[in-house]
Parts: sequence; structure tokens; C-alpha cells
Amino acid sequence: MHKEIQFPGFKKITAKNMPWDKVVASGHRACQGCGEILAMGMVMKAVGRDAIVANATGCMEIVTSPYPQSAWECPWIHVAFENTGAVASGIEAGLKALHRKGRVQGEMPSVIAFGGDGATADIGLQSLSGALERGHNFVYVCLDNEAYMNTGIQRSSSTPWGASTTTSPAGSKSKGQRTFKKNMPAIAAAHDIPYVATASPAFHLDLMNKVRKAVSVEGPAYLHIYSPCPTGWRCKPEQSIEVAKLAVTSKVFPLYEVIGGEWHLKKTAKPKPVEEYLKTQRRFRHLTPDDIAIIQEHVDWEYARLERLAAMTDSVEDEE
Amino acid sequence: MGKRIGTEVSLGVAEAARLANVDVVSAYPITPQTHIVEELSEYVANGHLDAEFIPVESEHSAMSAAVGAGAAGARVYTATAAQGLALMHEILFIASSMRLPMVMTVANRALSGPISIWNDHSDIMAEKDIGWVQLFVENGQEALDLTLAAFAIGEDHRVLLPVAVNMDGFILSHMIEPMVVPDQEEADAFLPAYEPAMRLDPKNPVTMGPVGMPEVYTEAKVQCEQALLGSKPVVKEVLDRFADQFGRRYELVEKNGKENAKALFLTMGALGETCMTAVDGLIKDGEDVGQVRLRLWRPFPEEEFLEACRGAERIIVIDRALSPGCINGPLAVDIKSLFYGRDDAPEIVNVIAGLGGRDVTTEDFREIYARASGGELDGGYTVWGVKSYA
Repeated sequence: MHKEIQFPGFKKITAKNMPWDKVVASGHRACQGCGEILAMGMVMKAVGRDAIVANATGCMEIVTSPYPQSAWECPWIHVAFENTGAVASGIEAGLKALHRKGRVQGEMPSVIAFGGDGATADIGLQSLSGALERGHNFVYVCLDNEAYMNTGIQRSSSTPWGASTTTSPAGSKSKGQRTFKKNMPAIAAAHDIPYVATASPAFHLDLMNKVRKAVSVEGPAYLHIYSPCPTGWRCKPEQSIEVAKLAVTSKVFPLYEVIGGEWHLKKTAKPKPVEEYLKTQRRFRHLTPDDIAIIQEHVDWEYARLERLAAMTDSVEDEE
Repeated sequence: MGKRIGTEVSLGVAEAARLANVDVVSAYPITPQTHIVEELSEYVANGHLDAEFIPVESEHSAMSAAVGAGAAGARVYTATAAQGLALMHEILFIASSMRLPMVMTVANRALSGPISIWNDHSDIMAEKDIGWVQLFVENGQEALDLTLAAFAIGEDHRVLLPVAVNMDGFILSHMIEPMVVPDQEEADAFLPAYEPAMRLDPKNPVTMGPVGMPEVYTEAKVQCEQALLGSKPVVKEVLDRFADQFGRRYELVEKNGKENAKALFLTMGALGETCMTAVDGLIKDGEDVGQVRLRLWRPFPEEEFLEACRGAERIIVIDRALSPGCINGPLAVDIKSLFYGRDDAPEIVNVIAGLGGRDVTTEDFREIYARASGGELDGGYTVWGVKSYA
């Protein structure tokens, strides 16, 4: 049965009404040019302070919370690597019971969970799946930097084909990562939750409005945010937003939404070749023209599938 | 006034959690714990308990959700056993280090492999260092009473720690026993609504579970240990208050049998009742024997235990868990280290019995006593009743 998805209280963010308030304070210890901390800052700017954050073990947990310092100006909890979905479930259920029983008054705060790609697509997939399936009202944000960066650039199931990492190194007998990236947003969407979206810090208004939709929808929402890691990707810190932009314009990381099972894709009219994207990062420098052709073919194939999914649900839009 | 009913012990424990008005139950099924949370889910389904029941997808998530709910300020209950407890292992330390009160019944069960659903204490003995207050109960009434008391202990602002109530699986959890069930007014008078010392609240933001650099880690651990050590007088106080209100008195360490007996059995959990029967029989036969039962396992009630053992020449420690490659069973290791260097140290005999649900009868106790008295069980430990297929 199809259910119309509502976004009650959704307030669109524009350049004019951009909130000044920062919930993730400056002075955290993230690397220069870190895409994750940028994305996290944008997410929290869009959500505001009436939120409770559960954060998986990972870069963002480490750089924002070395006791006695904290970059968090809203309530925040870190428990472990693989259980952020479950911790968020508990927070949401606890709040629900306390509000219902009248022991806590006022509006329910938004419950936001952050995890990296390892915490989301690998070790924490079970607890995330459980939380999505049970229908807790929370937003899960995957900050995808395509490897285990916190421990020193080891491959994850979200590492793209051909990327050289410390556990998928390129060598005379290896091209680097041997598999294509796990399609985590599709896995989240397969739970038939009300809202799934991909976003990029290079498109900050789009990202923040998707966050606003995610928090306003009733039930679980999943955001997969592309998060450049200059340290792990071997790219220039000052170029990370440019890299993020190229990922979208080359169709490597398409931006789309899945609203109540309908796939909404903003078509990229004149896509750039993936080679332009790949050459910005030294993790791909060993790849030959033939390898790049394999990646291009895969990117096109994935994009065509997205278009078909969107066409099937009648929601293809032309580029604005 | 409470009423006296005959019911399964698991259901009595569920009733205690209901009387505690828990806000969140998060649980994953595992034998022999299931009857408790099935009953609680029914209470929630039919409106007898106003709580959120989270049917999580694993015990790891059961404990993680419990931590989340506790951090949000809710009163939380869960139950588990064996592999489930082992799966929670990582998060058990986090619950105590975050100082989050919650109550968990552990229906003690053997660990795989080979897979066994029956009772022993190897699950909890692998978790003796988690920083939780840990109680062992002996019968159904005690299981119900101490579950209720556990909330009062953990939530006391001088404690703020999770509490595990250990209850032997099947041997106790599935027994039908007569129990006095307090009514709601009595329970409310004993256990007021939970007042968290700290919670995740946007109006007063806190950071929980930050990174502990080497400069602060030791201090954080020491503070947790101090909280656990400091819980002992509170446990006593709560149990005294319980006795005053309900007339059922529970001590941290209990003793029965002959006064100042030369030989003492030491047991934890339901085996205590079998032992008691055996000791009564041995006394009738003219033996100078008694029994000590440890109700509070962590923090270890050192003074109370030494007091209970004063004058004993031999202590026969019955462990219900094997600690492979260790010098003794886990309980005996504690007891030997407690007496180390003391002039009044008795001889300590260690028998490991009842693994994986193997029956331990009064006859076994009599035989253990005879062999210990005959000097046959000196030093090290003896795994009791190992069959030989030679």
C-alpha cells in the first residue's frame, strides 16, 4: 500500500535564511579540508540545538570529544562502533516513554545518529537495519569517506573499485580495492522507510534541506553524505569541496532522494568524465586507461539503473 | 497488602519489573531468560505496563538500546543469559563507566561450546569485572524481591550503576514457587520514580562517552571502582529498608548450619538450598559443619565474608564455572586472595560442580564433605563427577 509521505513543519533553508547558530563548535581537531566535519556541521546547522546526537566510534567521535573538551553544544553520546542504530533506538524509545508519561515536557527533540561508512555499511549494519526496520523516529547520517580513516585508511565495503588503501594496496598483483562500493542508500531504501537521500557538502543548500526533510518526516530517515578525506584520498585539503563537486557532476556520487519508495533523481545534463574526478586523488593514481574505462562503465551502469528506478516511479526531473 | 501466589519464578521477576514501572524494556530472546521478557511484552501489549518494549535484533543491541534509553533518563530493564550476555560483553563496561543505572536479570546458563542451554555460572563469571553491582539469588521470592531492590540500589545517587541480578537458569527460573507479590502502592513507596542525575537534554547539554586520553583514563576507571566499592553500604541500606517494609531480610553474606563450625561450604545461587539440606543432614550425623552463601558478588563484601568465616578451619568453595588454565575456579580465586597472608587463613578446598546443568545433589555435598575431611581434595581444584570412558 502506498503511503503519501509528509514533511510537517519543513522549513526550506536558503542563502537568505541560513541559520547563524553552529551546534558543532569550531576548534575541534578534524584535519584540514575534512569533508566529514563540514557535512556534520551543515547537518547540525539545519537541525538546530533541539536535538540529541548519538555518534559511532570514528573520526568524528575522536576529533570532537577528547575529554575535557567537547565541540558539541547539544547533548551528545558515544557508546561504541557498531551500535549507533541501537543506541539511537534506545534514546528515541526512552524519550517517547518519558514524554508519554509526562515526566518530560515539551516537544520531542530530534534524534540524530552519525556513523562513518565502516560503522554504517560494515560493523554497524545489523544494528542500523534493526533500528530502521523497527521504525524508530530518528535520522541516521552516514558520513562516507570511503574507508576506515580513523585507524589509518583501511578499506571498507564502501571503498570504490581501484582505490588504494592500506589494506587494499595497489601493487604488481593488485589494482587496489577489488569490489565496487556497497550500495548503502539502496539497502536503507529496501527497508521501506519514509525518507532516504544522498547529499554532498559541495551542494550545501541541497544537503541542509534534505536534513530538514529527514528530521520532519515521521519515522526513520537515512542520509548518505559523501565526505572527502584529503588525508586518506591523497588530495589537497583546499580541493576537497571541488572533489566533492566533481563526484556529483561525473555521476560517481549522484544526488537523489527516495521518498516513500519513489526515487527522485535530478539528472546531470552534461556529465564530466570520471577520469577528471579520479585524477584529483592519488589513491587512484596507479589506474591505467583501461581501469578507468571499467570505472566509467560501472558509473554509467549504476546511473542508468537510478534513472530506471526513477522512471519506474515516474519521478525523473531535468536538471534545474 | 501484597498477595501470596504460586507462579513461575521468571514471571515473578517480570512482575517485579512491572511493579518498578520501568519505562523501557529492551530485549532479545534467549533461553532460559525468555519467559521474563515475554511476560513483560504482554504487560505492555495489554496496558498493564506503560513502557516502550524494544524487540531488538541482538543482545548487543539490547544492551546498547538500554544505554541509550538510560542516557535519555528512562528506567530500563533487560534480561539475558549465556551467549547473549557474552554478546553484550563490550557494552556492559560502557553502561557502568557511564554510570547508568539499569537492572538486568541474568538467567545463568553455560557458555558454548558444546552448546548447552542449562545452568552454570560460566556466563557471569566471564563478566565479573564489568563494574556492575552483582547479586545472586537463591529462590523465587528472593528473585522477585531483589529485582525490585536492584532498581533502588542502582538509582541511588550515591551509586548510579547498573545492577545484575543473577538467577540460576531453569533450576530457578522455571520453577513454580509460592511468592508474596507486593501491591503497587507498596512498591511505589519502596521505589519512587527514577530521578536521573544526568540525562541527554537539549536544555542542558552534556557530552557522554568522550575520548579518555591517557591523562584521564586511569582516573575515570578509579572513579567507577570507587562508585562500585561505595555501593556496598547502600546495598545494605536498601536491603534493610526492604526488610523494614516487607519483613523479608536479606544479608550480603548469609550463614547457616552449626555456630562456629570447623568446616564451611561456600555457595552462590540456587545450589545454596541443596547445600543447606545436605548440611542439616551432616549436622544430624554429628558433623561440625556450616554454610556460607554469598548474595552480593560485586562489590565483594570482604568484611561480612570474613566475619561469617571466623573460626573456620576449612572452607569448601563450590564453583559453578571452570576457569580453564587458572589456579582455581573464579570464586575460589577471590577467596584465596582474600585470605592470603592472614594468620587465621583456613584451608581452602575448591570443587567445581554442576557444569552445563549437571545435577548436584545432597549426596554430592556429603561426598565432597567426606573427601575434603579425609584430605583427598587438597590444593588446586577438583572438577566434580567427571565420568571416565576409559
